[in-house]
Amino acid sequence: MKKLTKSGKISIIAVIVLLVSLWLFPMWQIDLRAPQYPGGLSMKIWINDVKGDVDIINGLNHYIGMSTIHKRDFPEFVFLPTTLLIFMMLGMVVLFLNKKVGYYLWAGAFTFIAIFSFYDFYKWEYNYGHNLDPAAPIKVPGMSYQPPLFGYKKLLNFEVLSQPDIAGWCYICAGVILVAATIYEWKKSVTP
Amino acid sequence: MKRALITLCAVAAVASLQSCKMKTADSVVSGDAASRVYVAPGKYDEFYNFVSGGFSGNVTVYGLPSGRLIKTIPVFSVFPENGYGYSEETKAMLNTTNGKVDWDDQHHLELSQTNGKQDGRWLFANANNTPRVARIDLTNFRTQEILQIPNSAGNHSSPFTTENTEYVVAGTRFSVPLGDADVPISSFKKNFKSTASFISVDKNSGHMKIAFQIVLPGMNLDLSHAGKGPSHDWFFFSCYNTEQAYTMLEVNASQKDKDFIVAVNWKKAEEYAKSGKGHIVPASYAHNTFDENTQKASTVMEKDVLTLDPKDCPDMIYMIPCPKSPHGADVDPTGEYIVGSGKLAALIPVFSFDKIQTAIKNKSFEGDFYGIPVIKYEAALHGEVKKPGLGPLHTEFDGKGNAYTSMFLSSEVVKWRLSDLQVLDRAPTYYSVGHIMIPGGDTREPSGKYLVAYDKITKDRYLPTGPELCQSAQLYDITGDKMQLLLDFPTTGEPHYGQGLPASMIKDKQVKYFDINKNHNEFVSMGEKKTKVVRTGNRVDVYMTAIRSHLTPDNIEGVFVGDEVYFHVTNLEQDWDIPHGFAIKNSPSVDLLIMPGETQSIKFSPVKQGIYPFYCTDFCSALHQEMSGYLRVSPKGANVPLKFGSGVIAPETAAK
Ligand SMILES: [Cu+2]
Repeated sequence: MKKLTKSGKISIIAVIVLLVSLWLFPMWQIDLRAPQYPGGLSMKIWINDVKGDVDIINGLNHYIGMSTIHKRDFPEFVFLPTTLLIFMMLGMVVLFLNKKVGYYLWAGAFTFIAIFSFYDFYKWEYNYGHNLDPAAPIKVPGMSYQPPLFGYKKLLNFEVLSQPDIAGWCYICAGVILVAATIYEWKKSVTP
Repeated sequence: MKRALITLCAVAAVASLQSCKMKTADSVVSGDAASRVYVAPGKYDEFYNFVSGGFSGNVTVYGLPSGRLIKTIPVFSVFPENGYGYSEETKAMLNTTNGKVDWDDQHHLELSQTNGKQDGRWLFANANNTPRVARIDLTNFRTQEILQIPNSAGNHSSPFTTENTEYVVAGTRFSVPLGDADVPISSFKKNFKSTASFISVDKNSGHMKIAFQIVLPGMNLDLSHAGKGPSHDWFFFSCYNTEQAYTMLEVNASQKDKDFIVAVNWKKAEEYAKSGKGHIVPASYAHNTFDENTQKASTVMEKDVLTLDPKDCPDMIYMIPCPKSPHGADVDPTGEYIVGSGKLAALIPVFSFDKIQTAIKNKSFEGDFYGIPVIKYEAALHGEVKKPGLGPLHTEFDGKGNAYTSMFLSSEVVKWRLSDLQVLDRAPTYYSVGHIMIPGGDTREPSGKYLVAYDKITKDRYLPTGPELCQSAQLYDITGDKMQLLLDFPTTGEPHYGQGLPASMIKDKQVKYFDINKNHNEFVSMGEKKTKVVRTGNRVDVYMTAIRSHLTPDNIEGVFVGDEVYFHVTNLEQDWDIPHGFAIKNSPSVDLLIMPGETQSIKFSPVKQGIYPFYCTDFCSALHQEMSGYLRVSPKGANVPLKFGSGVIAPETAAK
């Protein structure tokens, strides 16, 4: 079995270091702005928590019958950190075994986790924006309040901007490194 | 041709008549005044201007240079708008030894200082009528403390502070006998006294306490200001009626050529007070404080006060003759010059602190007043401003060596130079100006940018409103050689005196909402699940919450005519600028205005049976109109069980 290149090994360390940022910084931020909130409202999603002006947003959302956001309602806040910790430990194993195959599998696992977590995030946003209390005081026909997965959207009087935060960008970087390193390792193995 | 000539002559005659007409106030504003006071939407004013509310009993806050009213702070008068003085939490703020006093006459303001500069912590306010001094916190713009002053009447010479806010003073305008003595008015000289109270202020909490009270001969203390820098240890009070008249003062108190500026060495007084030279005498006065924790005001009735008699305390007080019925006593930013303004005098005497000290050392006295040495006028005098105008009242400073004095009779502000006492400029006011104010103009560091004149009379300045007209303030630019009138704006009550500070000093320190977790009000409801209605005898306590857009509980039954119902409403919001109101139909008092995180209580005693709607009075949200509920009041002795809830609709009970 082929051994990893030096760059491949460094990339493992780099990916792990980048992922550590998930415990230090928020992953995602959703900013809201409306005329009566000139300073804006901001919700920060961490790997294991949701912070920022959540209480204020919850208070506002009851008009349109959206459910309130509470940390305890997210099993993701337990299994996402666990999964990523395992993934980081597997990285150490790949580094120790020093096999290209290990690296490919590891990168594959990352892709799976990334796609799955994005899908999960989308699904949560969909439910959050669509499952409205039928008794809500304000009903706008045909309106749903699903926040954008990525980017800008206007929801009634609110402008909403959804984008990665520091740890989110680190996570994306980790993904880019993994993909690039995989391609590099592959090329090195076919063209000796 | 002849005809044309006649027409031309007629035109010329009319034109010259027009030019002969006496000058009016129409054309005094020149240049781009409008753009200099225009604060564009979305922009802030540069200064906060705190203005005395005079007979309104409150303090108003304006932005400068726009002159926009941005806040009314209730201090000495009940204020229906937000329940101040009506709510169970704030009632005690207005307690005095004469019971709850719901009105006063608020004249002067002073911002707290550190090293002779504004520190943006507190604003002190006086009440004339029932002598009191209040402290307002500048992080929440609320009255935090009110201290009554015993042995005083007409607390006019107040509240001025020393350079580090060591003391705030309260000097008597009307002399009265000490205590509540019942004596003939004609025994004035024998029994009537004036007092100067020195209120110490705790450095950290701001808590006030009367440290000592100096008992002076019967006369009228008028105004005061503390020394600065070299004169740090001293306080200067102007006084009039040294004639000691007690009737027809208009004539009888204007006989003498000179009254006095009373110079008090407060450091010495402090030493005498500490070394036991004073007398602890019985005196009762109310001390009201608002506790941030329990969100409730409470009153302590004080029992005595430490008095100092100048006879026992040598070198503590000197009198400086000052022509004629002096009003203002203002100290310049260097602390060297003390400007006395004789309101009936045709000149402004300026005294030198250095010369006063030399005169004391050399004993250059011209006699004494009830044993207090009177310094020779010339020995204390730096010089006189000749022919400044009519009726000089108050002087403020720009920090560039200039002084500005208001002239009540000639309705103008006069600018003059401290060094050579030359008049440099004069600007008309509309009309009868009292105090003037330059932000920081009574501190070591005046801003020197704007001057505000507070006027007593406004006829012709605004659209007429029947016989009752508002008062006004006028804003001048004083950055150039010539003062320039920029704006006049109407004010609430009489804008007696004002204080101004740069907005940057306090704007970012503002409390946006109260942390509900720190709400220790005894009647708080921490969440809707904690709401309840409790009956104890004929007292009913309703523990209610308010959040956009409902009140909990919103249906209450089992209350009877004659019950004392207390609504304790907790605003559960934790967001800036989301107060909720609470009012109930036919409430004989007023409504509540409850800030986020706060609990307030109001008492309601129904006198008639019926259904009483209650509702939020502050338009809080799209569903504000729905933020309401019902109280059912049944006849006394009716068989209606106590019932309350929100969202649960009680089964309809058949009419009995
Ligand atoms: Cu409301």
